[in-house]
Amino acid sequence: MLATIASVFRVSAQRNGAALIMSARTFTDFTTQATFEIKKCDLFKLDEGPATQVVLTRDEGLQYYRTIQIMRRMELKADQLYKQKMIRGFCHLYDGQEACAVGLEASINLSDHLITAYRAHGYTYTRGGTVKEIMAELTGRRGGIAKGKGGSMHMYCKNFYGGNGIIGAQVPLGAGVALACKYLGNNELCVCLYGDGAANQGQIFETYNMAALWKLPVIFVCENNRYGMGTSVERAAASTDYYKRGEFIPGLRVDGMDVLCVREATRFAADHCRSGKGPILMELQTYRYHGHSMSDPGLRFLHLTDLMLQNNLKSTAHVRRSGKCAVRVTPSLC
Amino acid sequence: MAASLRCFLRSGKNTVSALQRRDFHRSAPAAVQMTVRDALNQAMDEELERDERVFLLGEEVAQYDGAYKVSRGLWKKYGDKRIIDTPISEINVLLQAGLRPICEFMTFNFSMQAIDQIINSAAKTYYMSAGLQSVPIVFRGPNGASAGVAAQHSQCFAAWYGHCPGLKVVSPWNSEDAKGLLKSAIRDENPVVVLENELLYGVPFEMSEEAQSKDFTIPIGKAKIERQGNSITLVAHSRYVGHCLDAAAVLAKEGIECEVINLRTIRPMDVETIETSVMKTNHLVTVEGGWPQFGIGAEICARIMEGPAFNYLDSPVTRVTGVDIPMPYAKILEDHSLPQVKDIIFSVKKTLNI
Repeated sequence: MLATIASVFRVSAQRNGAALIMSARTFTDFTTQATFEIKKCDLFKLDEGPATQVVLTRDEGLQYYRTIQIMRRMELKADQLYKQKMIRGFCHLYDGQEACAVGLEASINLSDHLITAYRAHGYTYTRGGTVKEIMAELTGRRGGIAKGKGGSMHMYCKNFYGGNGIIGAQVPLGAGVALACKYLGNNELCVCLYGDGAANQGQIFETYNMAALWKLPVIFVCENNRYGMGTSVERAAASTDYYKRGEFIPGLRVDGMDVLCVREATRFAADHCRSGKGPILMELQTYRYHGHSMSDPGLRFLHLTDLMLQNNLKSTAHVRRSGKCAVRVTPSLC
Repeated sequence: MAASLRCFLRSGKNTVSALQRRDFHRSAPAAVQMTVRDALNQAMDEELERDERVFLLGEEVAQYDGAYKVSRGLWKKYGDKRIIDTPISEINVLLQAGLRPICEFMTFNFSMQAIDQIINSAAKTYYMSAGLQSVPIVFRGPNGASAGVAAQHSQCFAAWYGHCPGLKVVSPWNSEDAKGLLKSAIRDENPVVVLENELLYGVPFEMSEEAQSKDFTIPIGKAKIERQGNSITLVAHSRYVGHCLDAAAVLAKEGIECEVINLRTIRPMDVETIETSVMKTNHLVTVEGGWPQFGIGAEICARIMEGPAFNYLDSPVTRVTGVDIPMPYAKILEDHSLPQVKDIIFSVKKTLNI
């Protein structure tokens, strides 16, 4: 057997050895990047938007995929631990929305600032927390990122201001962080996230006013996952064009299920802020695969069925496990 | 140079003092009269100068010189970056990471619009983040009743803020209190609520030489005995310290010597000073402008009862408080809705069974 193989190799080495070996390998080893066409963003008070032709390198792709998978596994594990009563109180899971966190982080630096509401486990991870610290916090242990004193909704790390329990309260705080960035003149910005439910809060409009008035370097990000707790956006908002709600603040509507769309939009928004033009608003259209929190069984979500049918999957559980939402996976990059 | 040297050697002391007299700061008289407003202004001026990270924001604090003129002159001196006029948004941007803001509320009644941020964002963050994120912010402004401003503009928030762990709450009475406590508040790493009083802004008090210095601070959490006495203890904060002293002066003529304690700090409250005093006088009357239920007086009563001083009480504690109604407008009703000197005198006599 070995002799045969050896003779084959000897023969091929004499002839076109290199070509034979090349054909035995996949295309991957010779492509370090690929170009993709992404969805165009809807624009509000902007003449031009983010790029639609983007380049993704192999390393970037693998890094995004790895991060997204870790976040997905972490959230699903949290689901399991909650059902085993090892996690108490509130637990708002982020699975389905991973592309938002990963895409955002890809276009800002760790020296920039970020603040979000209570669906914060994903951001805690992308901002520098470890899975161990997050899980320890959820289970109320001393090794937790807030030493067990914060819990699911109150996780903090450097340049990450939580984890805030009161809906909408983090938005004025985010503008405050941006005010500090401007005051200290350090060319940093603040990404300030809120949901479609919070978008109807008065304090957010007060914040839009002040941010625009003082040209604060803040990116307002509305993660529109189509449901505020159990209420669909059509039943809660007079206008569901959340990217237009800033009125005098330019806005973008972005496909939040595509990490490259989010990355490009954030890059565009960050440039806008850092050039001193003031705040900008991004609406990321996304889905969450669990209910609002662990107390919500989440059976009413029709979009899961849509995704199921779209992707020929056997059940909604498959959608959750498949990672289907998050990254554009092409065979050549695997 | 040679001439002045000869001058010095010839006239000695006179020349030296003449040279010293040119430096006005050092040659100030021992004590000056200063209004509470000016004391607060001086405190902020000195702290703004001392630390680049300190800044003031609030409605009308800059170009208008402050709604009650407390920040007069600061905008001219420090400019737009350090003194910021805000729109009417009490939810004033709070988390100025790494900076040390002073947030002025035009009155604390408006702070209710931002109270979620004060409690849930400012007060609790240091604990929730296990010490990672501190919030060195000062909330200041006039608190309590004014004159004729009616129900929605007259509430006292000492009990509301005093209830919350994570906050420090101070309530100055005179100019020294105002300057010393505000400076301590600005230098403190915790969120501090400074409850001023509008009616006191224009009142002049003596400022000792020590109080005029740029580093004069009063420790937060320590009460002051304004008047020594051994018949009865009167405990008050803010404007009512003055009322207690007036009542004490009247009672002294009848041979009743009141010990008047100025709380200065609501949270953390200096219970030891009150206990020591009660153990000496055996009687206690508390005076406050806020409503009686769940108020400052109620807390003092509970703490005295729980501690060693209880065994020294010869009669139950009397609380003198604002009347349990929304503040009326008509002057005669308003006057009778707040503690007056005669109410304090009456309560003292009732407690002493005279």
